[in-house]
Amino acid sequence: MGREPVSTDLGMPRRRVNPEASERGTLRGDLGFPQAARVALANGQLRRNLGHATATIRAKRAAVVAELDDWEALRDAGSALKADVMSRLPELLEQLEANVTARGGVVHWARDADEANAVITSIIQGVGARDGRPVDQVVKVKSMATQETGLNEALAAQGIAAVETDLAELIVQLADDKPSHILVPAIHRNRAEIRQIFLEHMAGVDPGLTDEPRVLAMAARAHLRRTFLSARVAISGANFGVAETGTLAVVESEGNGRMCLTLPDTLITLMGIEKLVPTWRDLEVFLQLLPRSSTGERMNPYTSLWTGVTPGDGPQEFHLVLLDNGRTAALADQVGRSALHCIRCSACLNVCPVYERVGGHAYGSVYPGPIGAVLTPQLAGMHGHPGVGPGAGPGDPVDTLPYASSLCGACFDACPVKIDIPSLLVHLRAQHVDGERARHRLPTAERAAMAAAAWVMATPGRFATAEKGLAAGRLVGRGGRISSLPPPLSAWTSARDLPVPPRETFRQWWSRRPSPAGTPSPFVRGAPSDE
Amino acid sequence: MRIAVFATCLADALFPRAAQATVLLLERLGHEVVFPADQTCCGQMHVNTGYQREALPVVGHHVDVFERALAPVADGGLGADVIVAPSGSCVGSVRHQHAMVASSAGDEPLAGRAAQVAAKTYELSELLVDVLGVTDVGASYPHRVTYHPTCHSLRLLRVGDKPLRLLRSVAGIDLVELPGADQCCGFGGTFALKNADTSTAMLADKMRAVQATSAEVLTAGDSSCLMHIGGGLSRLRVGTRTVHLAEILAGEGWDANL
Repeated sequence: MGREPVSTDLGMPRRRVNPEASERGTLRGDLGFPQAARVALANGQLRRNLGHATATIRAKRAAVVAELDDWEALRDAGSALKADVMSRLPELLEQLEANVTARGGVVHWARDADEANAVITSIIQGVGARDGRPVDQVVKVKSMATQETGLNEALAAQGIAAVETDLAELIVQLADDKPSHILVPAIHRNRAEIRQIFLEHMAGVDPGLTDEPRVLAMAARAHLRRTFLSARVAISGANFGVAETGTLAVVESEGNGRMCLTLPDTLITLMGIEKLVPTWRDLEVFLQLLPRSSTGERMNPYTSLWTGVTPGDGPQEFHLVLLDNGRTAALADQVGRSALHCIRCSACLNVCPVYERVGGHAYGSVYPGPIGAVLTPQLAGMHGHPGVGPGAGPGDPVDTLPYASSLCGACFDACPVKIDIPSLLVHLRAQHVDGERARHRLPTAERAAMAAAAWVMATPGRFATAEKGLAAGRLVGRGGRISSLPPPLSAWTSARDLPVPPRETFRQWWSRRPSPAGTPSPFVRGAPSDE
Repeated sequence: MRIAVFATCLADALFPRAAQATVLLLERLGHEVVFPADQTCCGQMHVNTGYQREALPVVGHHVDVFERALAPVADGGLGADVIVAPSGSCVGSVRHQHAMVASSAGDEPLAGRAAQVAAKTYELSELLVDVLGVTDVGASYPHRVTYHPTCHSLRLLRVGDKPLRLLRSVAGIDLVELPGADQCCGFGGTFALKNADTSTAMLADKMRAVQATSAEVLTAGDSSCLMHIGGGLSRLRVGTRTVHLAEILAGEGWDANL
């Protein structure tokens, strides 16, 4: 047994040692959300750290968003642009491919994670074969797409070490941890922990390292500089791909991404097919929306843009790998496809009361939080919605994700491209229920209860009768409250009382109120009026 | 004005005071209140739990009942000008889900009728401030009160500060701000059962905020959220009561002759 790291795990499961579990991939956790959430909720330090971190980011975002008079217009523009992209994705992808190719890049298409990883591995091995010197290490720009495909693990299996160069990703990687947030992957580490991770895992680090942020950053900088200067291949994701010009864009804070994008001779970019924008001008909208929504900054420090290859300047070999991995299945869903509008800002995570309390781990996917709850089921596939696969069947943890929300709507308000996440959650819940309906003709207890309730509520007589039955609840209560009920209502009374039902329902009260003369029906009665 | 009350199934069955106070308040303000007695439920629980197919007849029934309520008396209707409900969440469902449920089932005529009923349906504070043009309803309530702006009132209906404007005009009230007021209490309908642990964690933080105000009374525009927070406050014997916004606006002693 290895030593437990001294840390608070807010986030994703640690790298799995169980080979069977690892086959579930990066979108499917081992536990359903309610079970995983229970584990996370018991961690007091996690609750405290997440509460503090999300409150800080929320306040920063709110301040910079309030500065812009045209914020709502920008959101509308972002939403409209993404809707346009989704409505003509095939055409725009071909345009992108043509323009990247014309500028000296090579475009590859990957149906799923395995195909993407295989393409990238073979490109790297091709560079080694060409040079007569195998490539055993590549540098990486922070990228959600490569996390989604599990690229680092796939490369490691081929003897290629992938070095994360984003500071937070580096911390996570050195600790053999997993990210807990889309944008702030090491949100769960404090500086004392980071110092300890560097001392234990960073080769050649100064043993006198302190936990001052500047000292820690300098240590990472020195460590990474050595790596940058010797790297022959870099791997990135992309925030945007411009169909009109074939330009790719990466938005970052540290400049380490730019090192990767400019120093090595070969650059490989893995991009989800939904990351397109039609024209160069459209970047104007997204480069305002993204930094304010994500880090709460007016402008991010580094925006790198590149188009194919430029002789004598930067990488001389450029590969763009376009990833589907369930995206076309989401695209086929007229409602669900809006989840593909996501620009990965993670504003929805920071405002979500559920994420704030359970962290990223409970979602079991590289995409946690509200957007993860609507994106993961569509990419991975759940019961009732095909993704890259059909869903894992009964007990699939992914099936619990659409229910991991109180539908409070804070995510919709924060989303810079106005994804109506609550409506998407409800849509996916309906797909899941309809999937269950198709699979089991015999109803579950829940379905039977819902059908009975609908039967009662579609008819007034039945409803009034059912209300009378509720009065029996007066027998269960003590001191005006009910503190214990059988399952499934025990989930309520485990922490909350219920009031005993009233002596009289509203409609009973109404029916015994004296009816003034001359009213058109026994149900119509008003106050004596001045008229 | 003739106002049809949509009591909501929850208030009708478990929290009748919210609907009774709504009736007596509107009558005190000189309006005529009618109660379409065939009404049942908006169907939100079904929709939000994924049972849209089961929700369809419930939605259809709601539209039938309130379409008749709005129809002229000469045509066999109740001649109501508007519909009011003491719930932001149920009005949110009427406004944002009914037409969608009908459309999803391919019933476009029902979707159109649902949209017409929705356009005449208001949450209580909307009705008072936007339609009836009052913020001072002439109530007095000499208690320390804090207000929880429920998620659906806040984000689906955008009631903004209307409930607070109404409360500030109440004589004698000691209105204190609830810290982190816009945070969800963790109810979320069946969320509280399916994700009881997470729901309880959210509730615990909401209760901490309520306690920090030292309020005697927590008020809100939704009986459902009040049932949730009130259930927690009751379990822990916090001593803060939950009272629907309508009961405060109806004025002290409104229930003397119920």
